Amino acid sequence: MTSQQVIFIILAVITLASGLVVVTNRNLFHAALAMMLSFFGVAGFYVLLEAPFLAASQLLVYIGAISILIIFAIMMTRRLMSTDESPFNSQWIAALFGTLLIGGLIIFVIVSVFSPFGDIIIANSAPPSLAVQESTVLLGRSFVDPDQYVIPFEIASVLLLGALVGSIAIARPEKES
Amino acid sequence: MIPLSWYLIVSALLFSIGLFGLLARRNAVAMLMAVELMLNAVNINLVAFWRYQTPEAPAGLAWAVFVLTIAAAEAAVGLALIISVYRRRDSVIAEELDTLKF
Amino acid sequence: MNPIDLLIATLQLRLGEYLVSVYGSENWVFVVRDVLTVLTISTFCLLIVIFLIWLERKVIARMQDRLGPNRVGGRYGLLQTVADVLKLLTKESLTPAGADKWAYNLAPLLIVMTALLMWAVIPFGPGAMGADLNIGVFYILAVSSVSVVCLLLAGWGSNNKYALLGAFRSVAQLVSYEVPMVLSLLIPIILAGSMATEAIIGAQYIPFLFVIPLSAVIFFISALAETGRTPFDLLEAESEIVAGFHVEYGGMKFGMFFLAEFIGTLLMSALFVTIYWGGYTLPLVNLVLGVFGLPPIDLASLAWGRTLSLPIFFGKVFVIYFVFIWIRATLPRVRIDQMLNLNWKFLVPLSLVLILVVAIVDKALPANTNVWAYSGIMLLANILIAVGAIELLRRRGRQERAAAEAAHDDELADISAEALPAAHH
Repeated sequence: MTSQQVIFIILAVITLASGLVVVTNRNLFHAALAMMLSFFGVAGFYVLLEAPFLAASQLLVYIGAISILIIFAIMMTRRLMSTDESPFNSQWIAALFGTLLIGGLIIFVIVSVFSPFGDIIIANSAPPSLAVQESTVLLGRSFVDPDQYVIPFEIASVLLLGALVGSIAIARPEKES
Repeated sequence: MIPLSWYLIVSALLFSIGLFGLLARRNAVAMLMAVELMLNAVNINLVAFWRYQTPEAPAGLAWAVFVLTIAAAEAAVGLALIISVYRRRDSVIAEELDTLKF
Repeated sequence: MNPIDLLIATLQLRLGEYLVSVYGSENWVFVVRDVLTVLTISTFCLLIVIFLIWLERKVIARMQDRLGPNRVGGRYGLLQTVADVLKLLTKESLTPAGADKWAYNLAPLLIVMTALLMWAVIPFGPGAMGADLNIGVFYILAVSSVSVVCLLLAGWGSNNKYALLGAFRSVAQLVSYEVPMVLSLLIPIILAGSMATEAIIGAQYIPFLFVIPLSAVIFFISALAETGRTPFDLLEAESEIVAGFHVEYGGMKFGMFFLAEFIGTLLMSALFVTIYWGGYTLPLVNLVLGVFGLPPIDLASLAWGRTLSLPIFFGKVFVIYFVFIWIRATLPRVRIDQMLNLNWKFLVPLSLVLILVVAIVDKALPANTNVWAYSGIMLLANILIAVGAIELLRRRGRQERAAAEAAHDDELADISAEALPAAHH
């Protein structure tokens, strides 16, 4: 086992275990903390995949912005937060079976196509080599290249603006008339 | 050397965990957190396929960045909705918001 | 393995190259080298705080015409901070009843961790840095955004409503000032064409401080706010409210928040030096040498270049750090509405305009423009924007004052109108 594989397994355990805490913990605040840890593990995967820009974006957007928003929401609605009740709704058993079915199906497909521990069906070998400097430059150029993603990029920024205005409009307290 | 399938399996597991959370949690904020986990799982897939299959074309990276953007927008609007609902109905339990059923 | 060689390699900051030359390029050599780098940088950061606290107290004291620490450790009180640290360490480590134990105890650890992590991409000399990431500046911004989480953890974990209120205020401040900071840092990135800190240093033939001074000023103001120092220390406001988000912390747990604040301030000085003042190089000296037709000093090619670059770098860092202390001793604290108004109504629009202008000027000038002409035009653009912004502020201030005076006059007229008939009788 190479050092990369060891790191991968550690990251996978962190990500998945904290993911499980997110969906099962009664205390929402702790669930949000576990979610941050899970995001951190995903950022680690991006580093392993040689996408440093995406790893830093993951920290900035998911941990620095989305988690903060979620923690604010938890604090604002905390009057209802009781840690004694079950965290699950009435359909959780059906949800568990459905999830196991879907997850099992996806993993079955992956295993049957890639055969991770045995003979190779589709190229399941080491990734092609890549200059680390290149991935960020490549990404940056593709965002301003009219032949690639300049339109999705602009639409995404308009979407963000719309979400910004919309969320302020929705969350603002109504004026008493 | 890490095989591509390892990433895919971790991503599938994370997606399933998120799906279960979305379907089974009572609290709307917790459901939103589960959605974020699912989006992360999708992103792992996108970046892994980019790295292993087409490292010369940044399609996977670019779409991962778009997913990130949309996740941010979704969290902002979703939480604004939850807070608005909390103000009106005094509840963030998804099952109790059933006015449209009648 | 020769101890003399090892000593020389250590002194020249070439330990990693020495290890590779002795033990070859096996995997574990790099692991050992990286662990050594991490240990060196973090130990340095943790130890220098002792000196920084002493420096701050001494400088502030001299500016306020006091003596400052002068008992422990000789005339200059050099060991005062050591005594303070010992006191903090020997205090009882409390966790308040009803506190969220995980959040409460995690917050001080995490905040020091994020403060230390940011040092990974600061170059101390040619090639002497933790990790030469090609996203260097962006990495610092990403890691610093994690520290916001620590404040929320501390505020929530303390189970104290004042701590939570303090945390909300701190988060509002940090999140707001991240915006002008990111925007102002984009400008040197546009000029250098790279986010890597070494590349930005390499691009500074003339230090960016003299090319884009407005960006440097905006960055400095947001750095003041990001580190929560005077005049933006309203989240702590030690002379008004108790402490803000860390009101429930005591002993070394409190000490760690303190530690993170000092490491953060030093980091901001180092970042300022790296991005706007040529880092460990000597661009100004090289310019003067160039006037006399002498070759520039290239630290990377000198045998002792890395060792030499350390005093240069830290000399500059402490000049900037001194300015931080100076501002603390000079300016009064701002109110929270002033703090937010300054950010959203002044700094953010200003930096957006600046980015627009710099990007247009950068594209409009042909690629082979003389570096002096390029810098001159950039500087001119910066000065014009600064003058325009100040003029706008002045007009606005005048209008407000005129409105206030008119209202005051009306009031006076009303009073005299009521008072006069009474006086008549």
